[in-house]
Amino acid sequence: MTGWEARAAETLAFLRRRVSGDYTTDEFGYDPDFADHVLMPVERALYRHWFDITVDGLEHVPETGGALVVANHSGTLPIDALMTQVALRDQHPAQRRLRLLAADLVYKLPVLGHLSRKAGNTLACPEDAHRLLRAGELVGVFPEGFKGVGKPFSERYRLQRFGRGGFVSTAVRARVPIVPCAIVGAEEIYPKIGDLRAVAKLFGLPYFPVTPTFPWLGPLGAVPLPTRWIIGFGAPVRTDTMDPESADDPHVVASLTADVRQLVQDHLNELRDKRGPAF
Amino acid sequence: MAGVVLVTGASRPLGTRVVAALRADPGVARVVAAGPADASADLSGDHYVDVIAAERVDTVVHLDQVHAPDDAGGRVAMQETNVIGAMRLLAACQRSAGVARIVIGSTTEVYGASATDPAVFTERTPTRGRASGTYARDAAEIERYARDLRDRRADITVSILRLADVVGPGIGTPLTRYLEPPVVPVPLGHDPRLQFLHADDAVAAIHRMAVADHPGVYNVAGPGILTLSQALRRSGRGLLRVPDPGLRVLGGLAARAGLRRPPGDELALLRHGRVVDTSAIERELGWAPKYSTEAAFDAVLGRPVRRPA
Repeated sequence: MTGWEARAAETLAFLRRRVSGDYTTDEFGYDPDFADHVLMPVERALYRHWFDITVDGLEHVPETGGALVVANHSGTLPIDALMTQVALRDQHPAQRRLRLLAADLVYKLPVLGHLSRKAGNTLACPEDAHRLLRAGELVGVFPEGFKGVGKPFSERYRLQRFGRGGFVSTAVRARVPIVPCAIVGAEEIYPKIGDLRAVAKLFGLPYFPVTPTFPWLGPLGAVPLPTRWIIGFGAPVRTDTMDPESADDPHVVASLTADVRQLVQDHLNELRDKRGPAF
Repeated sequence: MAGVVLVTGASRPLGTRVVAALRADPGVARVVAAGPADASADLSGDHYVDVIAAERVDTVVHLDQVHAPDDAGGRVAMQETNVIGAMRLLAACQRSAGVARIVIGSTTEVYGASATDPAVFTERTPTRGRASGTYARDAAEIERYARDLRDRRADITVSILRLADVVGPGIGTPLTRYLEPPVVPVPLGHDPRLQFLHADDAVAAIHRMAVADHPGVYNVAGPGILTLSQALRRSGRGLLRVPDPGLRVLGGLAARAGLRRPPGDELALLRHGRVVDTSAIERELGWAPKYSTEAAFDAVLGRPVRRPA
């Protein structure tokens, strides 16, 4: 069979599975068949053909078992999260699937909510994170949340507050390593130079961005700028040597949170110098 | 081991099968089958007191519940059966010296369904103020009475079984009936995660709880999940994707035309879905349902449409 015939056959087989409901969905709503055939190809196209992305430190991401990837968040839209997902799926030797923890806003919106579940992601809450980690999954979290992804362009590469450190408690309780991750290049995809608060409030959004191209150019303004990226994974922080009880000790949690935040910030500064100009 | 077991709701589809299973168990001395309580005939509530005393009941299995107003002749009658019925039964148990074990059939609906909940509910998830549907609210209230009784009578073992939607021949819930027609209106932009429990497994779980002490609250559901669209496709049914407000209107029209409406109280479920963790009952009983959610659905609601491989 030639290449395109094989592809056509695979697509037909996929469509037949979809029409007959012959696929498996996990308890979080993850639908690997759909994710691999529909969602991943779209993300992969952006990763390979639009942005210029290099990955660094993949050896720090364990090949098996639960681990918590903790990354900085930026870029107005959470494209950094999707690109990290592609990086681990395509570049990591074990082709690990990164299960992201997303804001509840995602699950309140139609379409986006169920696509996010089908992609393997779930609500950022301790219960879901713990359950995934205990099941040996690789979980990705962005502790800055909207404060990070929606920060103005002038504050680029400056980490925001890391919440209350819930992610640290979860990792300690599940006894899995924390893998700090620094992402350079997402800050410049949609440089947010303004925020239309009234419009954001109208739609119940955390912010409504103004970039050099959006909303001026309409839908065309929503095309991200083709920047150069480095996604870097740092040495894991072990938690299995810690007392699981310390997950409830605010002092331990706060200091480990600060440590991880500093690791990400230092790594970010280093990779930013290494990358040079964004275009 | 159990001596005399009183089963309420014994003439309802699930109750009938539980009575049969208990009667077939040589470890059970006698089964007293109580039909749906005729509330209007017995306003005093002494009926249960008399039955428990006269029959020397030591185990009570409470299954006399109505899942939808349409099944009871209206919301008032439904509440009468569900809430007042449970209140009377539990009051009778509290007064009785002989009752040592109570098994309450409840529902996973007590967890509600929302965008801000964890993907999987465990028994530790607080249920207060979550339930929105009529049956869910009733079940939450019944559970509260059962907990009150447990607090007052520490010598009585109280087991609460939160069952996922039970499917079986002749057994249905508003959700399973909603899924029956050849074309089903579904909310546009949502694909909720659903769980089902096969009637055989529901009966087995209730049976096991009735013949030995297993205090506590337990979720019961077939392992695994199906999404709404997946369930409909597996059974060869059509999906009619309708925007949320449309679904409400369509539901109303369908009801007026005498058709099944989408479970009205359950629109939240059709948006966000509901999945429960079942490891607690599996640990406690050393037992797991024979039918997965998928197998239970396929066995009862699926149509074996064979397509060329």
